[in-house]
Amino acid sequence: MTEELHDVRLSVNGNTHEIRVPARRLLSDALRHDLKLTGTHVGCEHGVCGACTILVDGNPMRSCLMFAVSAEGSEITTVEGLTNPDGSLGHVQQAFLECHGLQCGFCTPGFLTTITAGLRENPTPTHEEARDMIAGNLCRCTGYQNIVKAVERAAELGFETDASAPSSTTGSAS
Amino acid sequence: MKPAPFAYRRPGSIAEAVEVLAGEPNAKVLAGGQSLVPLLSMRLAAPAMLVDINGIPGLDKISVEDGGVRVGALARHAAVLASPDVRRVQPLVPLALANVAHATIRNRGTTVGSIVHADAAAEMPVVLSLLGGSLDVEGPSGRRTIPASELYLGPLESSVGHDEIAVSAYFPALAQGAGVAFEEIARRHGDYALVGAAALVDGDSVKVGYLSVSDVPTVVDLTGVADADLGEAALAQLDPAEDIHASAAYRAQLVRVLTARVVRSAREGIQ
Repeated sequence: MTEELHDVRLSVNGNTHEIRVPARRLLSDALRHDLKLTGTHVGCEHGVCGACTILVDGNPMRSCLMFAVSAEGSEITTVEGLTNPDGSLGHVQQAFLECHGLQCGFCTPGFLTTITAGLRENPTPTHEEARDMIAGNLCRCTGYQNIVKAVERAAELGFETDASAPSSTTGSAS
Repeated sequence: MKPAPFAYRRPGSIAEAVEVLAGEPNAKVLAGGQSLVPLLSMRLAAPAMLVDINGIPGLDKISVEDGGVRVGALARHAAVLASPDVRRVQPLVPLALANVAHATIRNRGTTVGSIVHADAAAEMPVVLSLLGGSLDVEGPSGRRTIPASELYLGPLESSVGHDEIAVSAYFPALAQGAGVAFEEIARRHGDYALVGAAALVDGDSVKVGYLSVSDVPTVVDLTGVADADLGEAALAQLDPAEDIHASAAYRAQLVRVLTARVVRSAREGIQ
């Protein structure tokens, strides 16, 4: 059978991409294969491991549990979108570097996106909350201790970044 | 693995969705997809068509009604869990929702989708059954209300017709002087429970609903049973199954322990 193709417009990390894909194209595959954004990793491909976690309108979601056709109209952020505009590491990435929050790095993109959204919702997590924040992501190398430390360090760095930013006079942009 | 090919439709209204469904007997409705997409990827299901309801406006509404709270088909678990209205009207809903997978899954998955998916290992079908709630569905012959007691037919099988779409679920309010509790034992936080139990205590009436014990969400009436006998009385009406994760005997032990705990906890919560 000839498979029906769909024109899909995806908005990823602020850029718009137009792709033509079958309806069954998983969003994770669309990101990696069609958009060549290979930072999003595919582990279990059934929603358990968390490696493919991306942000959809700011909320962490499993990209392997969504179809690309369903993502039209949403603003997607992948790990590639977490760096600062000048190319330097974002504060969650910086915290992972400082705390040795990764070894093989396969699971890391999913952790980075999850923690970015988690700290946005709760900028000052307790130790328990930091652990809970990453409870849906699997890592087979680190034993998690350094990832929890990285969550706490990222919270500090985020706080410092906010404090050093010029205060806004036009109100909240978010 | 990747899903088998399917046709994809994204209707803009319930009426249009019903029409599309009527034209394809082997279609499935896609809401959050957190259970459906893995089934497709593992090729345990291969529908000819997916009808994506995510483009239908207004379906994500959560509203307080006379005597209860109504949750629309596109309300994500996370939104229902965060809703102060839901928490105030029926606290068992957020108590159970906190146990539904992880936050990331709850951001996409829908409460009504979970109810319709009819997985006996899931939390929300049990909650709806225990509370005596209902599901509103729309099909070619209009809208009808299915009481929770008539919703679950077998494993992953509900009485929602293939040409019908679930529109909303209705959870009755917690009565004055009644109490609820929820607890489950899972191998890991966020995993499917080995056994879960929800209790509703209202005056003399004591009811407990179980997940992961039988093929379907099961509610047992334990009214009038002495506290020390709750677990055994529940087991007299249940037949815990064995699987690779737990023996039947272990499940029975979890039923004993959790039944006593949730009934006690529901009583303690009465204000």
